[in-house]
Amino acid sequence: MHDAARHERTGLTALSDTEWAAAERAARDSYGRLVAWLAFRWRDVAAAEDAMADALVAALEHWPRTGVPRSPDGWLLTAARRTLLQRRRHELVTRSPEVLAALEGDAVAVETETLPDERLGLLFVCAHPALPSAMHAPLMLQVVLGLDAATIASAFLVSPAAMAQRLVRAKATIRAEGLRFEIPEARERPERLAAVLEGIYGAYTIGSSLVSSANPSLLPAELAGEALYLARLVAQLEPDSAEARGLLALMLFCEGRRPAQFDQDGRFVPLATQDTTRWDRALVEEGEQMLMDAFRMQAPGRFQWEAAIQSAHCQRLFTGETPWAGIVQLYEALVGCHGGLGSRIGRAVALGETAGAEAGLAALTDVAEESVASYQPYWVARTHLEHKAGLQERARKSLQRALGLTADARIRTYLLTWENTE
Amino acid sequence: MHFMLCFRQTDADFALEHDPDASKAYWGAWMAYVGALQASGKVVSGNGLLPPKTAAIVRIRDGKREVQDGPYPDTREHLGGYFIVDVDNVDEALEWAARAPCASTGSIEVRPCMTPPDTSARA
Repeated sequence: MHDAARHERTGLTALSDTEWAAAERAARDSYGRLVAWLAFRWRDVAAAEDAMADALVAALEHWPRTGVPRSPDGWLLTAARRTLLQRRRHELVTRSPEVLAALEGDAVAVETETLPDERLGLLFVCAHPALPSAMHAPLMLQVVLGLDAATIASAFLVSPAAMAQRLVRAKATIRAEGLRFEIPEARERPERLAAVLEGIYGAYTIGSSLVSSANPSLLPAELAGEALYLARLVAQLEPDSAEARGLLALMLFCEGRRPAQFDQDGRFVPLATQDTTRWDRALVEEGEQMLMDAFRMQAPGRFQWEAAIQSAHCQRLFTGETPWAGIVQLYEALVGCHGGLGSRIGRAVALGETAGAEAGLAALTDVAEESVASYQPYWVARTHLEHKAGLQERARKSLQRALGLTADARIRTYLLTWENTE
Repeated sequence: MHFMLCFRQTDADFALEHDPDASKAYWGAWMAYVGALQASGKVVSGNGLLPPKTAAIVRIRDGKREVQDGPYPDTREHLGGYFIVDVDNVDEALEWAARAPCASTGSIEVRPCMTPPDTSARA
C-alpha cells in the first residue's frame, strides 16, 4: 500500500516531507485498524487485505476528482465492506449470520477512533503457534502495516516469489484452521504475547545473523521504523505487560545509538568508541522511563534483561563510563531465562572486561561449535578476546572467519583495518 | 540441495584485482569469504575466473562460425567466479550469497542445480 501511495505522490497536491510523513503515519495507523476490523469480522485475513487494497485503489481514482471525503476511513471501510459482500455472494462457504449482519450494517461515516481496535487480536493471530514461527514477523508487517511482499522478502533475504507464497500459505492456514482472532484467555496469554514480542523483535533484528554482533546496536535499519511502530502499538494496547515495555525500551536504546553507528564518512564505529554526543538523548531517556515502568510491574523477563543491558551501555552518555560488572550480572540473569546464542556471546565479552580475556574465552568455549559455524558475531567476539589474551595467531584466524561471514561492506572494511591493528 | 552462486562483478571490481593500493583489501575480503564458506563444509566445487577480457565467445549462425574476443558486450556485470554449494534450502544459499564481497558492488545470481530425473521424481 505504501508503495502505491508513494507512486501517487507526484500526481496529488505537493506535500512537504513533514506533511507526507504525517500522512504516511496516519495511513499506516488506519490501514492496520481497518484491516484488523474487517479480518476480525470476516475471519479471513487475505480477503480483508484484498478488499482494503481495492478500496484504496478506488480512493485514488475518486478522491482527486471528488475531493477527500469528510471521513476517509469511513469511506474506505464502506468500500471494502461492499467488496467483501459482493465476493460473499459468489462464495459457497457459509458465514455466520452475525458476521454478515456486522458487515451489512449501515454504511455510516465511521471515524477510525470509534472502531474497536482489533489490531492486538490480529497480532495474536499473526504469531499463532499453528503458524511457522519464521512467518510471524512477515505476517505482522504485511497484515498490520500493509508492507508488500517484495519489500518484506528483501529485508528477510528471501526471494520475492517464495515470500509471497509463504504469506499466502500462512493466511490460508489462518482461514482453514479457523484461528481465533480473539485475545487469548488469561491462562495462555503470556505465552502468546511472548510470541508476538518475539515476532516484533525478529522484524527489528532482521539479518542480524549476517551483520550484527553481540552488540545489538549494530542493526540494519531496513525495517527498524516498522518494528518500532509495532512495539509501541503493543506496549500501548497491552499496558499491563512488563515484557512489552521491556521490548520497547530495548529498541529505544538501540535506536538512540543508531546515529553514532557510522561516522560522517560512513565508516563503522563500534559501541565502545561511539561519540555519545551523537546519540539521540530523547530516545535513550524514553527508554529509561519505559524500562522503569516495566521493572515496577515486578515481572522480569528476557526483554527487560536485554533492555537493562543496553541501558547500562547507555550510561556512558551520563557518566562517561561503562559499568561492566553490572553488565555481567545482567547477562547472568538473561542467560538464566533465555540462553540464546547472542546472549551467551555477549556474556563472554562482558566477562572478558571484568574477569580477563581467559575467562571470556572459557565462556565462549561453552558455546557449541556447530551452531556458530556461520555466526559472524561469535567470530568477532572470539577475535577480540584472543587478541586481548595475546593469542595473536589464533586471533588472526578467527578474524578471517569473521570477515568471510560479514555481509555489510562497511563492517568488512572496519574489520579489514582491525587486521592491521589487533 | 545444490545451488550455484554466480558472482557477477563490475569492471571497477575487476580493476581492483591489480590495483596496488586496493588489491590487498579486495583479495583479503574474497579469501576470507572463500575460507568461511569452505570451513562451513557446504562447498561442492567452485572456481574464480580470469577477467572477462580473457574470454572468447563462440556462436554459430546459419552454419557460419563466429568467434569474438571478450568481454561480452553490453553487459555491466561479468561473471567473476562461481561456487556450487550443498545447503539445506534456498534461504541458506541466499544468506551465503549476501556475504560475498561483490554483493555491494555487483550481484550474485543464485540458481538451483537440476537434479537427475530419477532423484527429482522422489522429491
